[in-house]
Amino acid sequence: MSLAFNEEQRSLKDTARDFANDNTPVEALRKLRDSQDEQGYSKEHWAQMVELGFGGVIFPEAYGGFDFGVKGLAGCMEEFGRTLTVSPLLSSVALSGSLILEAGNEAQKNQWLPAIAMGEKLVSVALEESSRHNPQGVALSAEKVADGYKLNGKKTLVMDGHVADLLLVVARTSEQAGEQDGISLFLVDPKAQGVEVQRTTLTDSRNYARVEFSDVIVAQDALLGEEGQGFAPLDKALDVARICLAAEMFGGIQEASERTVEYFKERKQFGVLIGTFQALQHRAAHMYTEVQVCKTILMDALNALESQDDNAPALISGAKAKISEVAELVSNEAVQLHGGIGVTDELDIGLFLKRARLSQILLGDERFHYDRYATLSGF
Amino acid sequence: MSDSKAFRQEIRTWLEENCPESMRTKAKPEEQVWGGRNIQFPSEDARVWFERCVEKGYCVPDWPKEYGGAGFDQKQTRIFQQEMARLNCRPPQVNLGIWMAGPAILEFGTEEQKREHLPKIARGEIRWCQGYSEPGAGSDLAGLQCKAESDGDEYVINGSKIWTSYADHSDWIYCLVRTDSDAPKHNGITFLLFDMASEGVEAKPIELITGETHFCQTFFDNVRVPKKNALGEENKGWTVAKRVLEFERDMMSDMESTAVNSGQSPRSIGQKFLGDDEGRVTDEVFRQAIARHEVQRRGLEMSQQRMIDEYMQGVGDPRVAMIFKYVGTEEEKSKYELMVKMAGEYSLGWGEGYTENEIQMTKDWMGAKTHSIAGGTSEIQLNIIAKRALGLPEK
Repeated sequence: MSLAFNEEQRSLKDTARDFANDNTPVEALRKLRDSQDEQGYSKEHWAQMVELGFGGVIFPEAYGGFDFGVKGLAGCMEEFGRTLTVSPLLSSVALSGSLILEAGNEAQKNQWLPAIAMGEKLVSVALEESSRHNPQGVALSAEKVADGYKLNGKKTLVMDGHVADLLLVVARTSEQAGEQDGISLFLVDPKAQGVEVQRTTLTDSRNYARVEFSDVIVAQDALLGEEGQGFAPLDKALDVARICLAAEMFGGIQEASERTVEYFKERKQFGVLIGTFQALQHRAAHMYTEVQVCKTILMDALNALESQDDNAPALISGAKAKISEVAELVSNEAVQLHGGIGVTDELDIGLFLKRARLSQILLGDERFHYDRYATLSGF
Repeated sequence: MSDSKAFRQEIRTWLEENCPESMRTKAKPEEQVWGGRNIQFPSEDARVWFERCVEKGYCVPDWPKEYGGAGFDQKQTRIFQQEMARLNCRPPQVNLGIWMAGPAILEFGTEEQKREHLPKIARGEIRWCQGYSEPGAGSDLAGLQCKAESDGDEYVINGSKIWTSYADHSDWIYCLVRTDSDAPKHNGITFLLFDMASEGVEAKPIELITGETHFCQTFFDNVRVPKKNALGEENKGWTVAKRVLEFERDMMSDMESTAVNSGQSPRSIGQKFLGDDEGRVTDEVFRQAIARHEVQRRGLEMSQQRMIDEYMQGVGDPRVAMIFKYVGTEEEKSKYELMVKMAGEYSLGWGEGYTENEIQMTKDWMGAKTHSIAGGTSEIQLNIIAKRALGLPEK
């Protein structure tokens, strides 16, 4: 499989780039932030994105998608990452859609996937419970009751949770926190009795929520997949979302480093362009080498995922880890190398820094993923 | 597609039938077959393997047949290399002529020069060394002073070269000499080929921190070289020199896979010294560091393939090639630092009390220090990237 995008994938990626440049440049993120938009993303832009087909890239045709693969979506995510586009693509499509696809029964898939692809419904996964990504550490309890389950516990960092039409709640039906066994997935209406959703505002101005479940009763058919066997499909869906997020981060990394290099060619100090200083040249050149390695690692992991290689999960972890490290490097360097203007709100670079750091911890940072890589690789 | 499949099968079959079993392991330093007038074979198998490859042109598979190669195109060469790697076949011949002098002669040589030199490299008859750096010209290579004065049909060479690998065992040298002292420094250099047996040539080995002595300082005292031995035009040698530096960068970024080393990896060392019964590296910091190394290593290796794939898709970017030497050699250094931290004293042995393999690890660790210096330091690589990949301005 090729480590380059093919013509169809490039064409889709170009569509994403044109859309992002025309409709969701960084300025659009500022507008959402400054107006404290209640939705947190532009419904109008999302409708346009759905119209262009981005919502259905990874879904089979039977569920309203056009079966274009994760590699196709990743190319788009990269472009949206360049302009810090805010949309439910990661939460609703890449993560929730994949989870329903992996774990859902036919009825659930038919009910939700086309609606997600068409942007009619927004679905969020409620997973995290602590400061660090830890899927098997889930403790939120789902207790078997007469005709269903009773949920108790708290979730945090639920992407787009404040506007979700449906929550996919990762809960524990047996065993102890820390174990893969005993994890179950539930479809929960955020408006159900006992569900309390609190929007949280984070530095990247994307959308997250804390959700508290107090004696929330769900019916038996709210179960997604087998009871106690939720970890495997969750892990698979997380991998799709992780590599899509990594692709988006890669877009941000490229943009921030390129903007920095451009600044080197404009900014004068001591009577010369600062780009002539070797100390700065070397830092830019080093970033360039890291960006190039990231590009390969990203494509390599996407190929492994597409061809269903056994080592795909390890390579995806490798990609998320490496890209997280480089996102930290590049976002910090971009701010520092812009000097004083780099720490002003007026310059976009700060927005790239903020997005980079959130994305770094989201779905597992480098520490989580290097360790997962090691575990999956047998050391 | 079926063409390349058939080709692959043909190569695979030939290798399986012709590469002796003992040649399907990584060669130790003393087991490598260096071409040249004094070619020596560590074993009968090595001789047989060498001779079979020479006959097919497989020491230089991508060179034209008339110059001793196999005439393979880029794709075929890649398949050939993949099949060699699949069986873990040793290179039949090691020679700077194969990687550097030969490709330069192919690109810049006259027909006469090609016919004179290339078959001798392909057949392992002449071993080449490189005369680039001087005591006063390292990273500032173009500042070289080794002088070639015109005397009729000949140049008379005086000066010295340093870091001439294996100069004391080599038959010919490709050498940068100054033929015009008044011109701007890049414009007075000539790329000269000559016989190391010429009168007035003397090579003295230099001992490195690894304890090895394959680098030399080479002195030239009124060495007379025919003018027709210039590769390219007089005073235009810098163009050739730069191209050869690219060959060198490509060669060196691949050091990891071609280098003779202890065969240990961070993973194997981690498991050996810090692993539990299941092979889990119990120290989390090291576990992470091993993973980081493996991810970076694979990213680097796959980047070569990515470049090719991007060209196949019509979206190739030549700038990517500039990262390999820097990333490869820096990664190699941090890899050995990681191994030293995990293996402790067992990777710093220098003699009594340590096995041959352990001492090799010590040498590998130090040897890696030379790789980010030789062939253009890491800092020079970053200069090149800044200028040519990023288009940053010069003072």
